[in-house]
Amino acid sequence: MSLKIKALTKSPWVYHLCAGGSCNNCDIEILDLLTPRFDVERFGAVLVGSIRHADALLVTGIVTKKTAPLVKKLWEQAPKPCLVFAIGGCACSQGLFKDCYTANPVPLDELIPVHAYVPGCPPKPETMIAGIVKALGSLVAK
Amino acid sequence: MNDRRIIPIGPYHPLQEEPELFRLEVDGETVVDLDVEVGWNHRGIEKLCETKTYDQVPFVVERICGICSTSHPLAYVQAVEEAGDIEVPERALYIRTIIAELERIHSHLLWVGLAGHFLGYNTVWMWSWKYREPVLDICETVTGNRNHYAMMKVGGVRRDILPEHVDYILERIPELVKFTDLIKGAVLDDPVLHARLKGVGVMTTEDMHEYGGVGPTSRASGVPGDVRRDDPYAAYGLVDWDVITAPWGDVFAKAVVRVLEMYESIRIVKECLTKMPEGEIDSNPKTVPAGEGIGHHEAPRGEVFHYVRSDGTNRPIRHKIRAPTYMNLPTYKASVVGASITDATIILAAIDPCYCCTERMAVYKHKGDPREPIMTGEDLVRLSQEKTARLRKEFGL
Repeated sequence: MSLKIKALTKSPWVYHLCAGGSCNNCDIEILDLLTPRFDVERFGAVLVGSIRHADALLVTGIVTKKTAPLVKKLWEQAPKPCLVFAIGGCACSQGLFKDCYTANPVPLDELIPVHAYVPGCPPKPETMIAGIVKALGSLVAK
Repeated sequence: MNDRRIIPIGPYHPLQEEPELFRLEVDGETVVDLDVEVGWNHRGIEKLCETKTYDQVPFVVERICGICSTSHPLAYVQAVEEAGDIEVPERALYIRTIIAELERIHSHLLWVGLAGHFLGYNTVWMWSWKYREPVLDICETVTGNRNHYAMMKVGGVRRDILPEHVDYILERIPELVKFTDLIKGAVLDDPVLHARLKGVGVMTTEDMHEYGGVGPTSRASGVPGDVRRDDPYAAYGLVDWDVITAPWGDVFAKAVVRVLEMYESIRIVKECLTKMPEGEIDSNPKTVPAGEGIGHHEAPRGEVFHYVRSDGTNRPIRHKIRAPTYMNLPTYKASVVGASITDATIILAAIDPCYCCTERMAVYKHKGDPREPIMTGEDLVRLSQEKTARLRKEFGL
């Protein structure tokens, strides 16, 4: 296991990206993860302010036409390996907003590689923790 | 030499959950002008609603915003009920009020937390979000989900509040009061918060009248506007509660109004639970006759307004939404301009902005050219480039 993978699995630093068309609920639930009830910081997961410091990218919401180039650019700036989580129904499958005229014709998982899907509207914080733990587990197994 | 600089905040910024772009024009440390660019979060919900049936639309409008996820459906169902002249059973009105007030409590707690976070005072953030969890527990017990409740339905509500849920909520309410007391103590007695919030971003009553702000933003400037009292709907006319106002107009006043409103919400929930009559919860309307209607609700951030036009088919032919942040955004012109750049973030956060609510279609019109009434994307890009060139010239770059 490389040093980077070891560090990543021990303490994943996450960057939260609201891809655009989100109802803000998944974003609030992600912040909820950091607060005392769930407190993922005890596992070493920290929310960071720059994609360049991040080990994992938490994407919420559908990708809209306006934000698609930004999402792509952010992924290009991320230091690899970087895990991408599609959080919530919108990020996983465009959900309810699939037929909207602002929805990007290319969905998130074709725009950038997605490593784990956490469905739900919004997914409960427990589900998100489970998703992150599973994705990290798959990295260790490799 | 001109010392003006433009500081962009966003569209992706660690402070914000949603993409939005503020351009603060600063002269030294003082903000002299600002520009807000929204549209990153525009999804086309009004258009989407026109392709769904009346019973499907509540699920769509619920997903306009996760925090106002009862306000939008409530305003929408009232609009449809007005359009179709549909009766609602009294028990359903009480249930609507209870869910709406529970939402207000958790939304205000969320704001207090985020305000603390913006000030670099994370203890307040952690505290108020910790105390938000019991409210979410209640919501989950009653409705089955922490955030999107799916309770509103044209003609009533989808689920009843069972007797054991009533007991459960009444049991948890003393806990909520205790936590609210704690938050009130933290906000009203903390010297750090006083120093950071008092006299910051002042909106006078006259300013507020001119800019037309709504919700806690206007009530903190001494404008006692509240749709719940001005045009009672659901069970707000049947229970006893007060409109909270504060005269100062600064960020501190907004915090005080929100904290005290939580007490009122708890009072309303308690009273509704005890007064709630037995009976039907849904009048099961089968059709919506042709007509048009409006519905509004005092969301945690201000008045949510929905307009629905029906042509007698099973889908609305027009659905128009106005969210409170849209009315509150222009108040930045009065509150942020003149403030120091260090205070800008908290003033921007003070109206509790919610961009996913706000992102409606905007049409930019050409000035005085009737042949091309609407600007295209290219026009806007050109305008933007011209503006940059002009600014560069102005700044002597």
